[in-house]
Formats: sequence, structure tokens, C-alpha cells
Amino acid sequence: MSKLEYEQDITSIVMSDNDNVATLLKDLEAGQTLLYVINGQKEVLTAKQSIPFGHKISIKPIQRLATVIKYGEVIGAATTDIEPGEHVHVHNIEGIRGRGDKAEGDRKL
Amino acid sequence: MSMIKGYRRPNGKIGIRNHLLIIPTVICANHVANRIQQAVPSSVAIPHQHGCSQIGEDKDRTHKLLAGMGKNPNVGAVLLISLGCEVIDAKVLKKEIEEETGKPVEWIDIQDAGGSVKAIQKGSEVVKSLFKEIEKVPQVDVPLSELILGVKCGGSDATSGLCSNPALGKAADQLLGHGGTIVMGETTEIIGAEHLVAQKAVSEEVANKLYAYVDNFEKEVERIGADMRGGNPSPGNIEGGLSTIEEKSLGCISKAGTAPLKDVLSFAEEIPGNGYYFMDSPGNDIECVSGMAAAGVHMVCFTTGRGTPTGNPIIPVIKITGNEHTAVKMLDNIDVDTSPVMKGKETTEEAGNRILETVIKTAQGELAKAEILGHQEFSISRISISL
Repeated sequence: MSKLEYEQDITSIVMSDNDNVATLLKDLEAGQTLLYVINGQKEVLTAKQSIPFGHKISIKPIQRLATVIKYGEVIGAATTDIEPGEHVHVHNIEGIRGRGDKAEGDRKL
Repeated sequence: MSMIKGYRRPNGKIGIRNHLLIIPTVICANHVANRIQQAVPSSVAIPHQHGCSQIGEDKDRTHKLLAGMGKNPNVGAVLLISLGCEVIDAKVLKKEIEEETGKPVEWIDIQDAGGSVKAIQKGSEVVKSLFKEIEKVPQVDVPLSELILGVKCGGSDATSGLCSNPALGKAADQLLGHGGTIVMGETTEIIGAEHLVAQKAVSEEVANKLYAYVDNFEKEVERIGADMRGGNPSPGNIEGGLSTIEEKSLGCISKAGTAPLKDVLSFAEEIPGNGYYFMDSPGNDIECVSGMAAAGVHMVCFTTGRGTPTGNPIIPVIKITGNEHTAVKMLDNIDVDTSPVMKGKETTEEAGNRILETVIKTAQGELAKAEILGHQEFSISRISISL
């Protein structure tokens, strides 16, 4: 993160230009706008819900079962359609890895 | 080059602390070990749950952890306390630590000594005389290249991946630039990011070792038949904004910096030389740090967004946060606050420099907060059943 970005009132951070989510650098109320930089461009987005510091907001439409991208890498899949400006978290995305619940556990009694 | 202070051991290795370590070989010896430690408070003890009713890999792991703690160069002398009928063989443990390090190792068996009271009395005397020996070991200037630093994160939140881990990565790169050594653990917490760690491997063989450990771990999760989420990421991680293990892992791996991955080691395996290594380990904070200490790590840099007090009986554990609220709320525990990066008041490189300065000062003898507070958590991870 550069000093310049913060000086420009950037209130959230997109880790890679391929990401479809941003991470909030402050608490955001529903209806408030946030600024982020992607592909070198400053963008503005309105939050559809209140979202806490450190949590994610979608910056692109994400369809159900589509991958959620942060750091330019897959962090999981959407369990429902997600609109830009929505809170992205455990209620609408899930991990793809370490899913013993989707495997045939052989030790269940 | 920056110099640090070290205690040179008979095998040539240097330690940055000069601990007298009391090791119970079995849970049944914990009380005696603890009472001896209390009688001589400048000593440290590592009570644990194991040492009996264990077979195969579990027995080997307990032995490896206890032997490794004794061999760590931060330890000047060792007192072993056995009960006398356990699985872990104190005689073998004593011989191994003595032969590989040349350090003084004494051994008291509770059944042989004639019970708890006699063992505590005898042990307290032995510890006092061992102290006289290790006090003679001089502190000497040694180059920073001799330092072996573990990098670890725990109680993570979104700031860990944005700020404290990347800053620790900068410090790691600098230490490696000085010829030092970095060890990253936590197999659990590279799931979903292992391809990025493997890309840095010096050979296909090393990359394949890494993939094999991750695969093995994931198969265990499948065998148990549960979703990892809720266990890892933990409820606190989730409250802090981390949604999946993949997201957590991608935030974790930057703490090792950008250097090539020299090799992948088994849990608590002795660190073979300088450079960057990955060690197979659970993500569990205490189990991972204990494994690092047993592998010969001198010190751990531990990033925490939520705030975690973890210490270790023989190695300093430096706490680094990127969360401004945690830096204030848990001031007692936090050594380095990198949250100015989040506000654009400092660059990641500048925060990394501050971390390295703290590492150097700690390696020159300054106490980390976890040491001042007396945090001495130790645990041995389990693989299979108790008999």
C-alpha cells in the first residue's frame, strides 16, 4: 500500500486488479460511499449494507457458484448471486478447500 | 553488518538466551518438574500431557519435541524428570541431548529417588548447581547471519494479510539478505495458497514435498468429515473479516518474504542451514511455536490482528499487529504496531525495518513482552489415539 493512495481518501483496498472484492479500511454504514483504486483508476461505490472494518465488499456482480477473487487468487465460491456494494462474507461465500463435510468421512460413528 | 549477542554452546551453535530447562518425560512427572521450577524461579519447565500410552508416530513426536527443546541453543543446561515406567525413555533422551550439544544434562527418576518429595529436594539442588555452570558461559558478539527466525501468525484478521504479514515479509527478506534463516510453518494455513509457496521452491522435489504435506493434511480433514471453517478460520478470524481458509492462507504467506524456498522439513526437524525453510506443522499457535522451538529456532515473530499473548519457555515470541485497535487494547502484549501502514503514515518497508530492529534488540538480550509477562505456553500435537 502506498502513502499516496491513502492521501487520496481511499477507504478500501483492492489487492489485485483481477479481484471482485475490496477490503474496507473503516466501518461503513448502508448508503455510504467508498473509494477504491483498480487498474490505476479511482472508483466510487455505495454500500448496500453496513459493513465492518476489515470485511469485504463486492465491486463486481458475482453469480452463484462463481469464484470470489482477492489477492488475484480464488478465496472461495459464492453461495448466492452477489450485487456490487454487498457485504461478502460467510453468509454468501464458502471455501472450496478443506471441505471434509463434502467428502466421505470414514470415521463417522 | 548488525551484531547480536549469543551464548556459544560446546557444539558451536549459538543461543540468544541462557535457559535452564526442566523437562518432564511424562505427564506424571509434571508436578515434580513444576515444584523444582518454583523452587528456582529463574529456571523454566515444560509440563505437557504426553509421554505415556503412546505408540508409533505419536511416541516419536513426543520424543522429538522434548529432545529438540533440550537441544535448542537458547538452553544452557537440562534437567530431565522421569517417573520410571513411561513410554519415553529418559536415558535415550539424556544421551541424545548430551551427545549432540555437549551441554550438561542431569536426570532424576521419581521412582528411583523414592517419591515426589525426595525428587523435588534432589532436583532443586541439581538445578542450583547447573545454574553455576551455565552462568560461566560468556555472552559474545555474533553476526546476525547466525539467527534462525520463525515467522508465524495467529489470531488473524483482515489487517494481517494487508499489513502486518507483508511488513514481516520485508523484515524476513532483510534478515535473509544478511545471511540469516527464516522458518515458516502452519501447513493448515497455506491451504489455497500452496501453489504460490511452491513457485518459490528451489527444485521440483522441494515443491512436491510441500504439496505432499498439504495433501496429507487435507486428507485428514476429509477423513474427519467436517468443514474446516469455524475451526480454521476460527470464530475470531471470521469476526475479523476472514471468510475462508483460502483467504486466510493468501494473507498468511506474505510473512515469509520473497526469497527462494530452500527445503520443506518435517515437524520439529532440526533446521539444517541458512535460508528460507517451510516446516510441516499444525496452524495451532502453541503447537506450531513449540515445534519451531524444538527445531532450533531462536525467536519467533508472530503477527496477530485480534491479539494473541502466546509465548514460549525458551524462545522470545515477538508480537506484531496491523490492527490499530488491538495495538491500543492489548498494549501489554504487542511489541510492534504496524497499523500506521493502514493509515498511509508509513510504508510496508518502513514497518519491516522497525520489525527487524526489534528482532535485533531482542537477539541482543532485550526481553519481548511475552517474556516480561511470563507467557511460557508449550504443547505437543497429537497424531493418533492414546492406548
